[in-house]
Amino acid sequence: MQFIDEFRAPNAVKSLLNQINALVKKTVFTKDSPLNIMEVCGGHTHAIFKFGLDQLLPPEINFIHGPGCPVCVLPMGRIDTCIDIAKQPNVMFCTFGDAMRVPGQQGSLLTIRGEGHDIRIIYSPLDALKLAKLNPEKQIVLFGLGFETTMPGIALTILQAKQLQLSNFSLLCQHICIIPTLKALLALPDIKIDAFLGPGHLSMIIGIKPYEFISQDYAKPVVISGFEPVDILQSVIMILMQLIKQQYLVENQYRRIVADKGNTAAQAVINQVFTLQGNDEWRGLGKILDSGVRLNEKYREYDAELRFNTKRHCQQDDPNARCGDVLTGRCKPINCPLFGQTCTPTSAYGALMVSSEGACAAYYQYRQSDLI
Amino acid sequence: MCIGIPCQIVSIDKNLPHIAIAEVNGIGREIDISLVTSNNKPITIGQWVLVHVGFAMSMLDEDEAKQTLSFLNAMQEEEPDVGVLFIGKE
Ligand code: SF4
Repeated sequence: MQFIDEFRAPNAVKSLLNQINALVKKTVFTKDSPLNIMEVCGGHTHAIFKFGLDQLLPPEINFIHGPGCPVCVLPMGRIDTCIDIAKQPNVMFCTFGDAMRVPGQQGSLLTIRGEGHDIRIIYSPLDALKLAKLNPEKQIVLFGLGFETTMPGIALTILQAKQLQLSNFSLLCQHICIIPTLKALLALPDIKIDAFLGPGHLSMIIGIKPYEFISQDYAKPVVISGFEPVDILQSVIMILMQLIKQQYLVENQYRRIVADKGNTAAQAVINQVFTLQGNDEWRGLGKILDSGVRLNEKYREYDAELRFNTKRHCQQDDPNARCGDVLTGRCKPINCPLFGQTCTPTSAYGALMVSSEGACAAYYQYRQSDLI
Repeated sequence: MCIGIPCQIVSIDKNLPHIAIAEVNGIGREIDISLVTSNNKPITIGQWVLVHVGFAMSMLDEDEAKQTLSFLNAMQEEEPDVGVLFIGKE
């Protein structure tokens, strides 16, 4: 259990908690039928666990850990495609560190690196571009994944590759957009989400307007939130106020970083390079309408799947694994029969257990003692 | 991957004005600043920016930057993966 005095601003935290306790009494929520707030972003999930916010808040408030961790929604078959490409001769496969340990059917990128294949962990897509310039005899493949936070950087990298006429550089595109994901989530019949804590840094790119369908069509509050404990608590207060007033809006708690209109230059470069096409399959979420992000016709020559002529892997998940139910808030990680048994951070079955932003990893790390 | 890292601009490339060196925790790294600059709002040395995968995505004031850094440091202590994200090293 976290002690409030450990926070940087303990008095502010105490005062916010007092306000939350008073406000929650004015609502219909109870311990048995709590207010379900979905935090969309994995960064929020980790802050909530690290600072024990879920335990400091009254039992009438329950956090549901949403699908906003791009690594967690990676279908197993996509890792198999990564591995197919990485095993081809002369390929240098570049990925963000988060994807290294995600298991596919044939192992993970980490395991095949151990077998001698050339897998590089990069910090920025520009590092991959540099490798392409330095190694003209190699094929450099960049694994592009992430929501709109990483898309502008990848898009600018593609533009630079074209400008430099680099023929040994390509992209395995596994991006996902947040709005189709949320639409799919809200269309599920048995979902109990009362309000959303909106992703802070992703919204810095797309702005707050795209979320309006949630408040308008579904009558649910959305508050774009910062990551610090006081930010999250303030956002909970804003959600409670909307519920009490029964006025549902998209509000911006993180105004100091997120401009309401987002970063328009970043939006423009995303639209220039990428297009939404096809109904892609996502782990735990199934097929989502128009969620497939592809390179635009003009940049198709950089599509690694076309260059290496890969086949799509369709991999059925273990029927006992409840990754999808965790991602959609139908259950907590501890309700998964694989949790802590066949699925642990060192021998994970699902990405939720290996991603730094995954809910199962957070439970495993911070809540083990509660389970005994 | 989703949390940006505050970095302070310490120099801007004379030949490539969209490339800058930014520092975080004393480590300098090359970043691209084209998405936060334009002709009528050039970036200056000493400016803090929020960086995602090597690209500056928004400007920050110094107080905000320092607060966010101490928050990320706190996360990093127990979260090696956040550390990878933070300093960009394995
Ligand atoms: S414990 Fe493992 S298998 Fe179960 S939901 Fe979490 S990641 Fe998926």
